[in-house]
Amino acid sequence: MSTTFEHPTYNYKVVRQFAIMTVVWGIIGMGLGVFIAAQLVWPELNFGLPWTSFGRLRPLHTNAVIFAFGGSALIATSYYVVQRTCQTRLISDGLAAFTFWGWQAVIVLAVITLPMGYTTSKEYAELEWPIDILITLVWVAYAIVFLGTIKQRKTSHIYVANWFYAAFILTVAVLHIVNSAEVPVGFMKSYSAYAGAIDAMAQWWYGHNAVGFLLTAGFLGMMYYFVPKQAERPIYSYRLSIVHFWALITTYMWAGAHHLHYTALPDWAQSLGMIMSIILLAPSWGGMINGMMTLSGAWHKLRTDPTLRFLVVALSFYGMSTFEGPMMAVKTVNALSHYTDWTIGHVHSGALGWVAMITIGSMYHLIPRLFGGQAMYSEKLIAVHFWLATIGTVLYITAMWVNGIMQGLMWRAVNADGTLMYTFVEALEASHPGYVVRWLGGCFFVAGMLLMAFNVYMTVKRSEREQAPVAQTA
Amino acid sequence: MSNLWGDSLSSFWSVWIIVITLGTIVFCWWILFANRKTDKQPNEYGEVETTGHSADGIDEYDNPLPRWWFMLFIGTIIFSLGYLLLYPGLGNFKGLFGWSQENQWEQEIAYAQEQYAPIFAQYQEIPIPELAQDAEAMRVAERIYLNNCAVCHGSNAQGGYGFPNNTDDDWLYGGTPEAITTSIAEGRNGLMPAWQQLGDENLRNVAHYVLSLSGTEHDAERASQGEAIFTSACVACHGQDAKGNHAIGAPNLTDDVWLYRQPGQPVLESVLETLRNGRNGHMPAQAAYIGEDKVHLVAAYIYSLSD
Repeated sequence: MSTTFEHPTYNYKVVRQFAIMTVVWGIIGMGLGVFIAAQLVWPELNFGLPWTSFGRLRPLHTNAVIFAFGGSALIATSYYVVQRTCQTRLISDGLAAFTFWGWQAVIVLAVITLPMGYTTSKEYAELEWPIDILITLVWVAYAIVFLGTIKQRKTSHIYVANWFYAAFILTVAVLHIVNSAEVPVGFMKSYSAYAGAIDAMAQWWYGHNAVGFLLTAGFLGMMYYFVPKQAERPIYSYRLSIVHFWALITTYMWAGAHHLHYTALPDWAQSLGMIMSIILLAPSWGGMINGMMTLSGAWHKLRTDPTLRFLVVALSFYGMSTFEGPMMAVKTVNALSHYTDWTIGHVHSGALGWVAMITIGSMYHLIPRLFGGQAMYSEKLIAVHFWLATIGTVLYITAMWVNGIMQGLMWRAVNADGTLMYTFVEALEASHPGYVVRWLGGCFFVAGMLLMAFNVYMTVKRSEREQAPVAQTA
Repeated sequence: MSNLWGDSLSSFWSVWIIVITLGTIVFCWWILFANRKTDKQPNEYGEVETTGHSADGIDEYDNPLPRWWFMLFIGTIIFSLGYLLLYPGLGNFKGLFGWSQENQWEQEIAYAQEQYAPIFAQYQEIPIPELAQDAEAMRVAERIYLNNCAVCHGSNAQGGYGFPNNTDDDWLYGGTPEAITTSIAEGRNGLMPAWQQLGDENLRNVAHYVLSLSGTEHDAERASQGEAIFTSACVACHGQDAKGNHAIGAPNLTDDVWLYRQPGQPVLESVLETLRNGRNGHMPAQAAYIGEDKVHLVAAYIYSLSD
């Protein structure tokens, strides 16, 4: 990339790199999602080859969207926000560059090893031990850059967005190191350090906090900067942010056990997972309220600003899925929803509706500024993208709700003689239409991402043209 | 009260769990109450002053916590404390309801036994050939089959690779009502030993001889060379006439039914694989799992399929 856009004070280069890769990995990760959704509709698309089979591509999809797309978005925005709100440059350009290239290397290694079948078999932590070590190194470097920059700040106060980013960075480090503790038995093979129910508990403590700290706290950090910036309004309540921040990070830690209801996990641990999930409702909603109420006095801007629309709809989906989560954590509800497509729908109302939408909105705010402009190439394309993303998300989650509740009810339906009314295959056949709709929803969402890529490309190109003469005279 | 306290955890860990659980809840309560009000009063527009610190141009109001949200938070905390009183959660304290997932399961099973056992028991005395004619009984039996047997034998009961077809008239262990009942109730273990020691050339000859028994396409030259080996090594189980032996589950080799043939695989290849590596078939015993009454019904169902 040319040096045309260098900011006099801040390191924007690494932010630009991560921002562009956010769009690239978004398309790849979500495109993979659409492909494996198609495999569930047309199983022939597995091609009878091991490395194109659903079982190997599904973890690649989850890793690509969570860590490649989500991770790049979080690192890009956190580097931008921490510099802007602390009024200081990142403490080390070298370390920041290492986090960029290191993180991209991790993802490329995932793209290579997961289809080859190398996996620890732990969900969202499938990468094998040599890659785990690389992740640890990159993450520690990221923590040093981010926290070091806060320490060097020129402001007295640490802005709320940075609390959330810091909590996310520190916790993900702990989660990754504890859950990935493993005994290597070969270059690309290891066994977990834990066994049985303890292994399961460590895994879901990690898994749910990956949702809680990476996909929730991290993106709340993003929300706390880009919503007030785009709306040009003050944050609604400082004290609300204090209460919901501390309550959120305290209770999220406990919630993972709700993934293990009615299993070998002891009753007491299941109950604690459930009640902490319920207590989590209000702290989660605190973020939604603070974002939404920030718009009071600026609601009219939604009519004209599609970027703001992305941010607000993201908050709505966030509010919806953080209500759904505690509800599904209740044992009685979980007995119906667990192991069904409802779980997949819940995850995607968070992943598409919240994580992707807040990221897309933030990127539309961020990218023109990184490239020395004020606005994206085409506002109209953002508006079209907004509708594609919204329709895609709604199709996806409603299809999975219908499928999930239907599966749950079919699995438990009994005849007058106590035998099960439906075989598993019958429930699967009944799910087929839902799988078609889900695939269609995914197509909508990816189509929107392709528009975004075009819009970003044109924005960068336009800025380069405008900036070039200035650079020559300088 | 003694039954309220189990001893699955040592007292240290039990106390540890109680302390950090209640500590977390008390912390939430404290942070909520410590911040619930603001000293600042809203101005004429209903707005509260900002905190005064500005980050990259972003100001922050200091509005009080929304009341409904405050009540929601309190509500979830009170619900949770109530739950911990009634259900297991606080270390070894089992909760006033004495609920556990094991006893919930036991109660549901006991209820199902009481409710449904008579439905299956009524068929117990009816002989299998007669029961197989009873349309209503067979509808019940089919559902038991689909929920328990179809996972291996297929929902059309026609089996698959390594899983016998239940609809044909080819029986490994016999097709009498008694033999079918025994197969289901007690399970079966089929063992075909590996014959690698005979050498590949000999195995190939035996394989062609085996194909010739059912009139399958084969090399007559090799088959005639294989016959001698078959007579010395195979007849002990498969019999002089190669029609198998129900007592030990040795299959009939003259009927062109191949249990271990992959879809599309040439018969010769599957037979060679069997000869080289042997086979180990396992039908799990069902009596302890579904009970004698259901075994009886399923046996009648399978009997009816091959009629």
